[in-house]
Amino acid sequence: MEPYIPHTDQDVKEMLETIGVKNVESLFSTIPAEKRINTVDLPDGIDEFSVLSRLRKMASMNASADKYAFFMGGGIYNHVIPSAVSQIASRGDFYTAYTPYQAEVSQGTLQSLFEFQTMICEITGMGISNASMYDGASALAEGVLMASRYTQKYKALIADTVHPEYLETVRTYVAGPKIEIEKISHGSDGRLSLDDLRSKIDEKTSCVVVQYPNFYGIIENLKAIREISKDVVFIVVANPISLGVLEAPGKVGADVVVGDGQPLGIPMNFGGPSFGFFAIREDQKLVRTMPGRIIGETVDVDGKRGFVMTLQAREQHIRREKATSNICSNHALGTLYASIYLSLVGPTGLKEIGELNVSKSHYLLKRLEKTGHFVRTFSGEFFNEFVVKTDLDVAKMKKALFKNGIVGPLDLSKFDEKMRGQVLFCATEANTLEEIEKLVSVLEAM
Amino acid sequence: MELIFEISTHGRRGFIPPKLDVESYTLPDELKRIEPPKLPELTEGDVVRHYTNLSRLNYAVDVGFYPLGSCTMKYNPKLNESAAIFDGFSKIHPYQDESTVQGALELMYNLQEALKVMSGMDAVTLQPAAGAHGEYTGVAVIRAYHEHRKDFERNEMIIPDSAHGTNPATATMNGYKAIEIKSDKNGMVDIEALKKIVGPHTAGIMLTNPNTLGLFDENVLEISRIVHEAGGLLYYDGANFNAIMGKVRPGDLGFDVVHFNLHKTFSTPHGMGGPGAGPIGVKKFLESFLPVPTVGKKGEKYFLDYSHRNTIGRVRSFYGNFSVLVRAYAYILTMGGNGLKRASEMAVLNANYLKAKISKTLEVPYNNGPCMHEFVATTEPLLDYGVKALDFVKRMLDYGVHPPTVYFPLIVHEDLMIEPTETESKMTLDKFVEVVEKIAEEAKENPKLLQEAPHITPVRRLDDVRAAKQLVLRWK
Amino acid sequence: MKKYLKTHEWAELNGKVATVGISNHAQDQLGDVVYVNLPDVGKNVKAGEILCSVESVKSASDVYSPLSGKVVEVNKALETSPELINKSAEGDGWIAKIEVSNPKEFDTLLDKAAYDKFVEESH
Repeated sequence: MEPYIPHTDQDVKEMLETIGVKNVESLFSTIPAEKRINTVDLPDGIDEFSVLSRLRKMASMNASADKYAFFMGGGIYNHVIPSAVSQIASRGDFYTAYTPYQAEVSQGTLQSLFEFQTMICEITGMGISNASMYDGASALAEGVLMASRYTQKYKALIADTVHPEYLETVRTYVAGPKIEIEKISHGSDGRLSLDDLRSKIDEKTSCVVVQYPNFYGIIENLKAIREISKDVVFIVVANPISLGVLEAPGKVGADVVVGDGQPLGIPMNFGGPSFGFFAIREDQKLVRTMPGRIIGETVDVDGKRGFVMTLQAREQHIRREKATSNICSNHALGTLYASIYLSLVGPTGLKEIGELNVSKSHYLLKRLEKTGHFVRTFSGEFFNEFVVKTDLDVAKMKKALFKNGIVGPLDLSKFDEKMRGQVLFCATEANTLEEIEKLVSVLEAM
Repeated sequence: MELIFEISTHGRRGFIPPKLDVESYTLPDELKRIEPPKLPELTEGDVVRHYTNLSRLNYAVDVGFYPLGSCTMKYNPKLNESAAIFDGFSKIHPYQDESTVQGALELMYNLQEALKVMSGMDAVTLQPAAGAHGEYTGVAVIRAYHEHRKDFERNEMIIPDSAHGTNPATATMNGYKAIEIKSDKNGMVDIEALKKIVGPHTAGIMLTNPNTLGLFDENVLEISRIVHEAGGLLYYDGANFNAIMGKVRPGDLGFDVVHFNLHKTFSTPHGMGGPGAGPIGVKKFLESFLPVPTVGKKGEKYFLDYSHRNTIGRVRSFYGNFSVLVRAYAYILTMGGNGLKRASEMAVLNANYLKAKISKTLEVPYNNGPCMHEFVATTEPLLDYGVKALDFVKRMLDYGVHPPTVYFPLIVHEDLMIEPTETESKMTLDKFVEVVEKIAEEAKENPKLLQEAPHITPVRRLDDVRAAKQLVLRWK
Repeated sequence: MKKYLKTHEWAELNGKVATVGISNHAQDQLGDVVYVNLPDVGKNVKAGEILCSVESVKSASDVYSPLSGKVVEVNKALETSPELINKSAEGDGWIAKIEVSNPKEFDTLLDKAAYDKFVEESH
C-alpha cells in the first residue's frame, strides 16, 4: 500500500456503496472501452529507504560544489547562501501552499510577495515589480513582447552580448507575434557598440535590450545607451547580486529591468528552478501591459491592512485570448528565497558581497595573466566574470583542473565557434584565496 | 503584521559575508551605485521570526484539506524534499561537462522515459517551467510543424469554452486566433459545431480531458478523427492527468502533443504558485521540433541532445526546473506503476464519493454518470437568500477548510469546482461534507453570516476595488 | 440625442464632433470600474473598431467606437476618477470626443427605445 493513499479496503467498499456502483473500474466507464488499459507499464513502487538510496547514488555521480571549487558562471553562479534561507523556505506552510486565491488565508504568501516586489524595486531602482516569472530568459522574452504591445512596433534591437540562451528564448517567443530581431555588435571593450546602435535604431524599433553585466561579464554604459534610445523601450537584463555595487538601471533610465534571481540565495540546481524578476518604471499604461501576477496593498472590512492579487484583468484567467501573457504558475517560492536572502544581507551585505565578487575576480584575472597562458579578450570593466584567450588546449585544461577538484571555466566555443580558445572565468565570494592559488598552480604546471 | 521594512533598524546585520582574502579592486566611480537600496536591516533572528510568523498566516496542504479544482493539491511527500536538496543535485552547474553530471542526466532521462510510457508519446522534453509554459511549447511545436510543411494558412486554434484561460492565451502568444467552441448539453465538445468550424485554417484543438467539469469527453475519438481529417493536430492539456494514469493514454486517443503538470499529478509542491514543471510529450513525427536540449543515451552514457533539426528553439535557459524533476522522479519510484494507477483510481473514487454526498445538499449539473477526479457543484439556488458562491466559500474559511475553485469553469454559474485528490481519507471527505451541509443551512437561516464571512481569519474580506484603483504595489 | 450600439456604447453628435461612452447598462454589468485605458488623442478609429478598454476588478472590456473619425479629446477626469463611469456613464463618465468622418453612420445606430428593447430581450 502506498504511503500517501489512505484508503483501506473497508473505506473503498463503503464509498462504492455510497456512490452506488459495484467497483472502481465502473467509474472509468466513460473512457472508450477499446482504448482503456489497466496498468502503468513501470516497475512497482519501492520503499522510502530504497528510493533515497537509489537517488543518493545518482546524486553521488555528480561533481557538486560541496566537493569541488567552482569557477564557472554564465548565468548560474555559486554564491554563499545563509543557512536561514533554506531553513525558513522549507516550512510547509510556505511551500505546500498554492497561488493565493483565497487572500484571507494567504497573507503570508501575499505579504512576502509584496515585500519581494519592494526589494526588487529597491535594488533595480524601478517603480513597479511583478511577483515573478519562470526565469531570466523567459522574463526577457516576455519583456520584448510587452515592448511591442506597448509601442505597437515590431523590431527589437538586442545586444549580441546578451546570454546566448536568453537570445534563443527570445527568438522562440517572437515567432508568434512576428517581431523582428536585430543584433547590435560590441566593441573591443566588450561593451555594446553605440555606433551600431545608432545606425540600427529607427521608427520601427520597439525596444533595445542589453545585459548588465553582459554575458562576457562586462559592465555596459547604460546612460549612453539610454540617450541614444530616446523613446524606445529600454530593457536591461540585470544580475541582481551586482546591484549592491553597480548603479541601479532604473537610475539611469531603464524602462524595464528583468533578470534571473538565482544569485539571490538559490542553489545552482543544475540550472533551475530559480525565478525571473520583472520590473518596470512607474507608469499606469505600461503596468497594464505587464505579464504576471502583481500583489497590491489594500484594507479588509475592518480597515486592517492586507494584501491581494491585483490588476488581474490583465491575466489569462480573466482576459483569456486577450491576456498580456499565458503565464499562470510563477516561481513564488524562489522569490521567498530571494526575499529572505536580501533581508539577511541587507544593504551593507549586498554591497560587501558585490565588492568581494569584484575583488576576487580581478585577483583571479591578475594571477591568470601572470601564468603567461591567458590574455584578456575585452578591455571593459567587469563584475565577477571575464573572458580570456588561452594558448592551452581548453579541454585538456578543464580536465586537469577537474582532476584537482576544480570545475570551470566555461568554454565559450560551446556557444560561438568564433570564440574557440576563449573561456569565461568566474569568481565569487564563495571562492577562497586557497582555491584561486590551487587553480593557478595547476595551470602553471601545464 | 508589520512589514519587514517596518521592523528594520539601521546598523543591524543578519549575515556576515566571508572576509576579503585577496587584494581589493575598486571599480571606477562612474559605474558605482550612489544610493544604496533600502533593504531591511535586521539580525538573523529578526528575519527568522518575521518569516515564520508570515508562514503561519498561510493555509497549505501541510495544514489541511485543499480541494481546489483543477489544481490537484495532493499531499507533497517529504522524501522528495530530502532528495531534491542532496548536494549532488542542488549544487551542480548546468554548464559542467556532461561526464561530471551523469547522475543528473540519468535521472532526467529516466523521467522522460516514464512520462513517455504513461502518456503513450514517443519523445519528451523536460524544459518547460510550468503547465502554461508547456502549453506554449506544445503549441509552438504545432505551429512549427505546419510551417515546416509550408502550410501557412493554418491560423486558428480551437478551444472549448470550458478550457482554462491559459489555453486561449497560449494560442494568442503563438500568433493563433483562439476559436471558442461551445460545450453541448452534456458538457462535452459539441461535435456538430466542431464539424462546422474545422477546415484549412485549423492548426489544432486544445483539449483538457477529463475537462474542467471533471467529465471525460466520450467523443474524443470522433474529435480526433474530425480534427485530423481537417489537417489539424490534437493538443492534450494534462492539467487533469491525475484522473487517467493506468486507465488510458492520450497517445492512444490520437493526441499528438501532451503536457504534464509535475506539480499536480506528480506531487511536487506548488510553492505558493510555483515553481512547477510542465514537460511535454509528442508523437514521433513532431520529435524534431522539440526545444533543445533533451537528454539522450548512448551506450551507458547520458548526454544533452541538441540534434532536433527543426527545433522551435529554447523556451527558457538551461534544461528545466531540475529540482522539481527530482521530486517527481522520486514520487514515481515510490509509487511505481501499480501505485500511480491506484492514485488515479482513488482520486476518481474520492471525487465520485464527494459528488454523491454533496449532491444531496448542492446542485450538481451534468450529473448523468460518474465524474473523473473532480466535479462542479453550484450554489445558484442560494442566490434567493442573497448568498453568492463567493460568500459560501468564504464561510468555509471559518471552518478551517480551503475552498474549492470558484466561478470556474465559466459555463456554470455560481459554481464550486471540487477536486479532493487521492491523498485524502474518507474521514476528511466526510468532515468536508458536514461543513458544506452546515453552511448550506446557515445560508438559509442566517445569510449575513456568509455574506460577512470570513470572521476568524488573519484578515477578513479585502477591498479588491481599492487595491486596483489606488495602486500600492510596493512599500515606500 | 444619444444613440447606441449593441456592444453597449453610446454616442451623441454635436455638429462634427461626437461624444462617446459606455451605456448605463454596461457599467452596471461591469461593476466597480477601476481603470479606463483612454485612447490617445489623434488616434484614428473606424466604426466598430476597438477604441479603448474599461477595467473592473474581475474583468476588462473593450469599448468599440460607434463612429469613424479622429479622437480629438479624452475625458482626463477618468484617469483619477474611473468611478465617474459608475456614477454617470452617460454623462460625466463620457470617454472620448471624436471628430467624425462620416456623420451618416450616426443614423445607423440604435435609438434609446430600440437599445432598451435589445437589452431587455437579451436577458
